[in-house]
Amino acid sequence: MAYSAKVVEHYENPRNVGSFDKGDETVGTGMVGAPACGDVMKLQIKVNPETGLIEDAKFKTYGCGSAIASSSLVTEWVKGKSLDEALTIRNTHIAQELALPPVKIHCSILAEDAIKAAVSDYKAKNAVERARQPAPVTH
Amino acid sequence: MDMTPHFPIYMDYGATTPVDQRVVDAMIPWLREHFGNPASRSHAWGWEAEAAVEKAREQVAALIGADPREIIWTSGATESDNLALKGAAQFYKSKGKHLVTVKTEHKAVLDTMRELERQGFEVTYLDVEEDGLLDFDKLKAALRPDTILVSVMYVNNEIGVIQDIAAIGALCREKGIIFHVDAAQATGKVQIDLATLPVDLMSLASHKTYGPKGIGALYVRRKPRVRLEAQMHGGGHERGMRSGTLPTHQIVGMGEAFRIAKEEMGTESERIRMLHKKLVDGLSGIEQTFLNGHPDQRVPHNVNMSFNFVEGESLIMGVKGIAVSSGSACTSASLEPSYVLRALGRSDELAHSSLRMTIGRFTTEEEIDYVILTLKDRVARLRELSPLWDMFKEGIDISSIQWAAH
Repeated sequence: MAYSAKVVEHYENPRNVGSFDKGDETVGTGMVGAPACGDVMKLQIKVNPETGLIEDAKFKTYGCGSAIASSSLVTEWVKGKSLDEALTIRNTHIAQELALPPVKIHCSILAEDAIKAAVSDYKAKNAVERARQPAPVTH
Repeated sequence: MDMTPHFPIYMDYGATTPVDQRVVDAMIPWLREHFGNPASRSHAWGWEAEAAVEKAREQVAALIGADPREIIWTSGATESDNLALKGAAQFYKSKGKHLVTVKTEHKAVLDTMRELERQGFEVTYLDVEEDGLLDFDKLKAALRPDTILVSVMYVNNEIGVIQDIAAIGALCREKGIIFHVDAAQATGKVQIDLATLPVDLMSLASHKTYGPKGIGALYVRRKPRVRLEAQMHGGGHERGMRSGTLPTHQIVGMGEAFRIAKEEMGTESERIRMLHKKLVDGLSGIEQTFLNGHPDQRVPHNVNMSFNFVEGESLIMGVKGIAVSSGSACTSASLEPSYVLRALGRSDELAHSSLRMTIGRFTTEEEIDYVILTLKDRVARLRELSPLWDMFKEGIDISSIQWAAH
């Protein structure tokens, strides 16, 4: 299979490889995929509690070149975004940017899922904080 | 578009081999001035073409210890498998409708068996052991009074293991069951002597043994005689078993390729055995690396390895100067892990992490050295990227985790 130049570039020079401390309050971790399917992505975001912006991101991926490139790309894209902005990143954007062939679309879907998982992990961790604020009235 | 790699190291001889220069030279005259139809009986163009075809038939027969009259030309091993299985099943169906094969066979056998199931036959697909070999007792237990045919490949295309064809053949002979062997990956690699080997039908390919693509043969035993129902009807060529004008140049090429294989197999195998050892020893130095298939009961041409926690496709992408494959070339377009490795009981993730390297006539020691170095480097780099490798290093059992399948 021929890979696009952008996929090859990310594969050869992956951005933001590594891990943050999972226990850190300001870190959200998303691990998606399954070894049996041939892809596992771990995406971590580090959020500035003052501004609510994602100030750093790291990834590790087991998978094909397109999976590595998709996760490398989203670490660049989420940086500087708020959590809500990060959640607007769609797999179609990733697939388009990397010119993924149809058989590799699932890699971009996985990368989108990884963002969602990391954001919801961060939110879950910090739910305690929010709980201190007055709870909304429920019916 | 230029698809040729820039520093090509060809390590995919199991997919196809380059055509030996001597074979090309032998073929050319039959494309130029000697263009006759071997079936033309009324002039010299036909006579010389027929003589060339018959000489090639002798050369092919000689490599496998057969009588030239037992060789039927086909377009390749896939067609040979189709003709053997459908032809024998349909001819002998009044005797029974049960067929037996193995889960690790080539798709040319498995898909043909599926078609025979649609035609009303019943097929048993036998499991193999962890080393890729068939358990003789399990085969014995699978045979029934209505079993008419058993099909077992000689050398597995993905993992290179050699099945015990002599023992299986003896059992089939004793029970009066037709025995078909797909030997596409065996010719020129293992000694085959059909004068003593109890095999009834054997599929042969040219392009895995340094001959051209588009030509193959089916061995059909004369004593005891095996009958087939033709699948290709027409001018009654090949004693009615396979009609169609014979491609003289292709046939001459296969003949010459098999002549060379017979002559050079001894020295070539020694050299390849040495290269195999070097490659396996070199790669075994990498942590969490496993050789797939029996370590000794195999052809040295094949090295199929799993590099745990590294995904195979990404590894292939990283060694782009080297032509290798993950799984068989026929199924590499799919995302499914190799069904052959699955049949060995390898986990899905180990199957996803496998690479097939096949070495051959033109592989050099320097190439093997380069491949070892490159793979070591790439595996290390990809493990740096792998969350599974981290978990392994932290002592977390990956199989204990509840993964969300997608």
